[in-house]
Amino acid sequence: MKLFTIVALAVAIGLATAVSPFASAHPDGLEKVAEDKAFIAASKAGDGPIADYAFPGVEDPRLATGLAGFTGTLLVFALGVAVVRLARR
Amino acid sequence: MHIPDGFLTTEVALACAVPAAVAVGIGLRRANADLDERRVPLLGVTAAFIFAAQMLNFPVAGGTSGHFMGAALAAILLGPWLACLVLAVVLGVQAFVFADGGITALGANIFNLGVLGALVVGGLMHAARGLPPRLVAGAGAFLAVMAAAGATALELAISGTVPLATVLPAMLGVHALIGAGEAIITVAAVSAVLSTRPDLVRGRLALAS
Repeated sequence: MKLFTIVALAVAIGLATAVSPFASAHPDGLEKVAEDKAFIAASKAGDGPIADYAFPGVEDPRLATGLAGFTGTLLVFALGVAVVRLARR
Repeated sequence: MHIPDGFLTTEVALACAVPAAVAVGIGLRRANADLDERRVPLLGVTAAFIFAAQMLNFPVAGGTSGHFMGAALAAILLGPWLACLVLAVVLGVQAFVFADGGITALGANIFNLGVLGALVVGGLMHAARGLPPRLVAGAGAFLAVMAAAGATALELAISGTVPLATVLPAMLGVHALIGAGEAIITVAAVSAVLSTRPDLVRGRLALAS
């Protein structure tokens, strides 16, 4: 289990950090439908500490995305384990 | 397919949040029964992988992209209820930290992208015992995306954001392509797990060999 966990987590971090900056920037399915069918204006942009997957204070957009992916992947891993640990008490 | 704030009425958002909360609650209650101590990290890794893969938008037809959803993969590795919990963790972090998906729409997004797909795949796993895991993974992944697209269209229509006759065919059409991508990624991920830790998949699919 340990080796599998480490390798799988490394793959996830690698994808989020090194591959995500090169992902397609086109709108996703719902965004595209919202544009085509003219209801995109109803959406309200939210805000967050790493809004739109751009790590704050980093000018290079690819680096900002990669850092956001790195942070998010570790955060999601930690939160997932923490939630289950609490639930199993 | 994350719904932003502003697309759903409060009533529709609440009507989706209630079943989403119930499903996540069942997942929390089953964290003991469905997961032994050694597999707690597996849940974290599944959530982390789904988060990472959701960042990797791939191009589909006509200036549109799609990205992985993950409900089918989570359901195959962890069972449907823990899959709801995993997707809730991913979508919660996306909404609160990354402003991806509205905070008022979080319940609807958990319901559409997590609960529906997890239950579809859970039902398929139950009905299709004995079928090859890769077949269940591929078909389940496609159906999970189509269910999410259909539900999203329905919620937008009930909210009065766009007529159902306009949004439903458009959502199902584009997500048929994205669903094919979901099937490919899910089958690849399940294959990778099967080749390294087959017990993680076979135990779930009751294919003890």
